[in-house]
Amino acid sequence: MAFFDKLRPLAEARQRLAEQGVDSIYVVMDEILSATEAIINGRRSILVGTNNYLGLTFDPACIEASCKAAREEGTGTTGSRMANGTLSGHVALEKELAAFYNQKEAMAFSTGFVANLGMLSSLMGRGDVILLDADCHASIYDGCRLSGADFVRFRHNDAAHMGERLRRLGDRAANTLIVVEGIYSMFGDQAALKEIVAVKKKYGAFLMVDEAHSLGVLGAHGRGCAEEAGVENEVDFIVGTFSKSLASIGGFCVSNHPELELIRYASRPYIFTASSSPSAIASTREALKIVQHRPQLRQQLWDNANQLYRGLQELGFAMGPEPSPVISVRFKEAEKAFSCWQGLLKEGVYTNLVLPPATPDGGSLLRCSVSAAHTSEQISRIIAAFTTVSR
Amino acid sequence: MKISYDDILIKLYGILNEMLEDAPELDENTDLLADLGLDSLAVMRLVEVVEDEFDLAVPLNILADVKTIKDFSEQLQKMLEEK
Repeated sequence: MAFFDKLRPLAEARQRLAEQGVDSIYVVMDEILSATEAIINGRRSILVGTNNYLGLTFDPACIEASCKAAREEGTGTTGSRMANGTLSGHVALEKELAAFYNQKEAMAFSTGFVANLGMLSSLMGRGDVILLDADCHASIYDGCRLSGADFVRFRHNDAAHMGERLRRLGDRAANTLIVVEGIYSMFGDQAALKEIVAVKKKYGAFLMVDEAHSLGVLGAHGRGCAEEAGVENEVDFIVGTFSKSLASIGGFCVSNHPELELIRYASRPYIFTASSSPSAIASTREALKIVQHRPQLRQQLWDNANQLYRGLQELGFAMGPEPSPVISVRFKEAEKAFSCWQGLLKEGVYTNLVLPPATPDGGSLLRCSVSAAHTSEQISRIIAAFTTVSR
Repeated sequence: MKISYDDILIKLYGILNEMLEDAPELDENTDLLADLGLDSLAVMRLVEVVEDEFDLAVPLNILADVKTIKDFSEQLQKMLEEK
């Protein structure tokens, strides 16, 4: 096999897309106008695929905090947390995250992906077992691989299926880490956390919940799915990202286990990565305050999500199982999904096109993510665009 | 749990014949991807059926060393012996 032959399947897949008139899988945002609008291909477009759940990317307080930090502390840390990359803002953010979640310990990572990679690869090792939901994010699968632990998957959101695997693990079950997500990124469904926690307790296993899509979205205080389900005390580790509701970039883990502090000394993705820039940390801290002080954003987000979900459902689309800020329209054929996605772009609506093998069931998706910053009129225009392209 | 390599093979042949509509003649050297064309979803289905058949929790990381039916049978035999 020649050196680049391994890339041939990718070249062939790209060629197939090119034959349909697409020369790139990326959409370039020529100009960002607001949290919900951009110029794409010269057209003013509504953004409904940016995970900007609370619409804080243009919040004046977040922008001002970010600018101030850049002016006062510079554009980057130029080093890892273990070297020169721990500024007072990083430490303050970790304290604020711990307080927000009512947990003893918190660690901030450079991205959400790195948080999963860093936690799983250092917390787990050869001989341990990770039991993960089949629909978990790629960062969780990659963290499992990097850990060297045995990793077993269970059927999506099926606590009984999970329990059956714990039973089969015998004595190893007590040292098993279960990993689930609060809201799943493909279909927008929530983890069945009450049921999962009941099984976890029966076998004495540990539980990690990735709240990437549920922080700021679920729970009376916006802490996520564990808060919504009333099981926060039963979750051993909560991981998440700053790049969705918090409108910045970075990741974190919080826990009541004091051993989380030791992960700093073991986690290679934490130790050997430059830390988040002062501006990212500053806007994240501001956004975290907003999550706590403006619950009306969460209500607005859910009103918008319900409006879009109902509207698309009435059009007869196959959808995810429940209303959610992540709303997926499902297609059996990739070509149909692709032509609808292109049609929506022409109508001035940006969604995420997700094709296999990135999808859990081999189908294709147009994934919408709703924002609190969308107006009801924008949601109506999105539904109207779907009506047009589905004709 | 004691089960012979040959018995594991026979069970695997049965599972694959049931899963695949037009299964070719199977033998130990049949390549799961190249000969049977199993994609990632089909491999996950196969793992689930195998887990239930042998009452195991099969780690996905063992699949990195599995190319043929023989490879898979050997891995399963090892897991069953350790059970």
